[in-house]
Amino acid sequence: MIHLRNIHKTYHNGADLHVLKGIDLDIEPGEFVAIMGASGSGKSTLLNILGILDNYDEGEYILDNTLIKNLSENKAAHYRNHMIGFVFQSFNLISFKDAQENVALPLFYQGVGRKKRNELALQQLEKVGLTNWAHHYPNEMSGGQKQRVAIARALITHPRIILADEPTGALDSKTTIEVMELLKELNRQGMTIVMVTHEKDVAHQAGRIVHIVDGQIDYIEDLRTTKP
Amino acid sequence: MLYDIFIEIIGSIKRNKLRSAATGFAVTSGIFLLIVLLGAGNGVIHTLEYNVGTLALDAVYVYPGFTSNAFEGYSKEQRVQIDESDGELAQKVAPENINSYAAQFSTSVTAVTQDEKALSTTLAGVGPIFQEMMGLQVLKGRFLNDIDMKENRRVAIISETMVERLFAKDANVVGHYLTIDGSMYQIVGILKDSNSEYTQEILVPQTTLRLIYNRNKEADILVMKTKGLEQTPAFEAFESIYRKAMALKHNFSPDDTQAIYVDGGSSQAETMDTAFSLIRSSFWFLGILTLLSGVTGVSNIMLISVKERTHEFGIRKAIGAKPWQIILMVILESVLITTIFGYIGMLLGIVFCQWMDASVGGSTMDIGVESIQYFQDPTVGLDICIEATIIMIVAGAIAGFFPARKAAHIKPIEALLAR
Repeated sequence: MIHLRNIHKTYHNGADLHVLKGIDLDIEPGEFVAIMGASGSGKSTLLNILGILDNYDEGEYILDNTLIKNLSENKAAHYRNHMIGFVFQSFNLISFKDAQENVALPLFYQGVGRKKRNELALQQLEKVGLTNWAHHYPNEMSGGQKQRVAIARALITHPRIILADEPTGALDSKTTIEVMELLKELNRQGMTIVMVTHEKDVAHQAGRIVHIVDGQIDYIEDLRTTKP
Repeated sequence: MLYDIFIEIIGSIKRNKLRSAATGFAVTSGIFLLIVLLGAGNGVIHTLEYNVGTLALDAVYVYPGFTSNAFEGYSKEQRVQIDESDGELAQKVAPENINSYAAQFSTSVTAVTQDEKALSTTLAGVGPIFQEMMGLQVLKGRFLNDIDMKENRRVAIISETMVERLFAKDANVVGHYLTIDGSMYQIVGILKDSNSEYTQEILVPQTTLRLIYNRNKEADILVMKTKGLEQTPAFEAFESIYRKAMALKHNFSPDDTQAIYVDGGSSQAETMDTAFSLIRSSFWFLGILTLLSGVTGVSNIMLISVKERTHEFGIRKAIGAKPWQIILMVILESVLITTIFGYIGMLLGIVFCQWMDASVGGSTMDIGVESIQYFQDPTVGLDICIEATIIMIVAGAIAGFFPARKAAHIKPIEALLAR
C-alpha cells in the first residue's frame, strides 16, 4: 500500500535543516503502523509527506500504485481528497459547521450533491456512534466525540489509508481508549492506518511500531507475532 | 454545485454578521453616493435638454471668413463676401435640402429708452421670413412685414426679457420708442422668450439697418432653413457640395475650410451630446471613485477575514479543496457581500433621488435677467441600475481577488499548525 524508498527532506529556513535522511518503509494493505520518535525526529514531516501535505526532495513514494512526486496543487488536492483520510490531534473541525456538515465536507469538494452528502455523512456518524449528535456544533461536544466526528470525516471518501497525527494527544485516558478502539475496529475491517504518537501504550495497540531517531528509522518493532 | 457554494458562503457570512455588515456599509454608502450623483447629473442634463429643447436643429448658418491659402492668382487672407445670392446657390446645388434662406446683418449697439434705461445688445437686420424660419412667437403686436422692408421703416421687435429689463415686467410697450445709435425705432412687436438667439437681439428690417449703417449687400450671416440635414453624414455631404460651389463662385480653394464656415444643427446637437456625455462621465468618475473606497474597504476586510480563517482554509485544503475552489469561494463571498449591500445602497439612492425630485426637482431660480429651471427630473433610470449592478459584481470580484489568492496560497500544514 505504501512504499517509501530513500526519502530525503531538507528545510531551507536560513540554516539548512536536513529532517529526513533516507527513509525506507513498506506498509502492506490492512496494516496498523505507529510511528514514534522524539519531537524534532522528523516523524511529523514523514506523516506530512505521506499525507501529500508536503513535498520531499529525493527518493520515491508510491501510494497504492500511484507515484506521489512533484504533484501540482490540484493533483495533490485530488489525491488527498480521494485516497487519504486525516485525523488530527486538535480535531480540526470547522467550528461554524455542525457534525454532519463537517463530515460531509470532503464530499463537497468531490462535487457530490447536498442531499447525498448529508445522507452519507449520517451513515458515517452512525458508524462512530454519534447519530444523535449530527446537528451539534464542535464546541458542544467532548474531545472524544470531536475526534470521532473527525474519524467519520476521514472515512467518508473511502480512503486507501487513514493518517492519524497524535489522535489521542488531546484526550483523557478514558476517551483515548474509546478512540483507539474505534481505530482498531476500522483496522480489523481492513483499513490501513498510519499513526504518529509519542505515547507508548497507544503505539503498542498498533501492529508495528516504527521508531524514528534523527531523521532515520532506528528500528521497527513487529508486535503482530507477539500478539495472541 | 453553485447552490452548495452559496450555502457555504451564507454560512460564513452569518458567522461574522458584524464584520460583514461593517464591510457592507462602505459599499452601501458608495453605491448610494454613485446613484445620487448620477441622479443629480441627470437633473443637470435634463435641465440643459429642457432649456435648449427648442434649439432650431433644422437651421444652417453660413458665416464669411478669410481664405487661408492663395488660389488662382489671389493671395491668401482674402475676405469672402457672402450675400443672399449664396442662399440661392445652396438651393440650386441641394434643392431637396434647402427650404428657405435669408441674409442677416448685425451690429453691436446700445438701446436707450426715454427713461434713460440702456441695454447693450445686438441689432439684427432680418426679414419677415425669419419668424417662420426660427419659429418665433409674437406675444404682442406683430412681426416685421414686407412694407417695413420696402419703406426702410424704423421699427423694432424685442423680446419679453428685454421688455422687463428696459421697461417693466409685462408692460405693454408696443408703440413705445427706443433710441439706438441716435435713431428712434418704434417697437411694433414683442416676442415670447425662447431659446432662439433672436430673442436676445433687437430685430429690425435689414433694409433699414443697411441704410442707416451704410452697408452694402454683404451679409454677416446667411441663414438657411433645411430639411434632411439633421444627421451628420447628410450634413457633411451638403457642406462639401456647397463649399465646392461657393469656392467656384468666390474664387477660393474648394478645400479651404476657413473661407466660409458652415454651421449646422447636427453639429450643434453633437456639441450638446458631447457636453452631456462629459457631464455624465464626470459624475460616473466621481461616483466610481467613491465606490472604489468602499471596494478597498471590502478588500481589506476580506484580507483580514482570510487571515483569521487561515485555519479553516487549511482544513479545507487538507481534506481536498483545490486552489480554484478556495478562490471561487472567497471571490463569491466578496461579490455576495458587495451585491447585497450595494442593492441596499441603490435602493436608498433611488429613494433619495425621488425625494430630490419631489422637493427641489423642477424648481426655478431667479438670476435677475430671467428665471431658469435648474434641476429637472434628478432620477436614475433602469439602465443605470443595471450598469451599477454590473459594476458591483465586478467590483466585488476585484475586491475578493487578492484575498482569495492569499487564501488559495495557504499551505495546509502551516494552517493546521496555526492553532
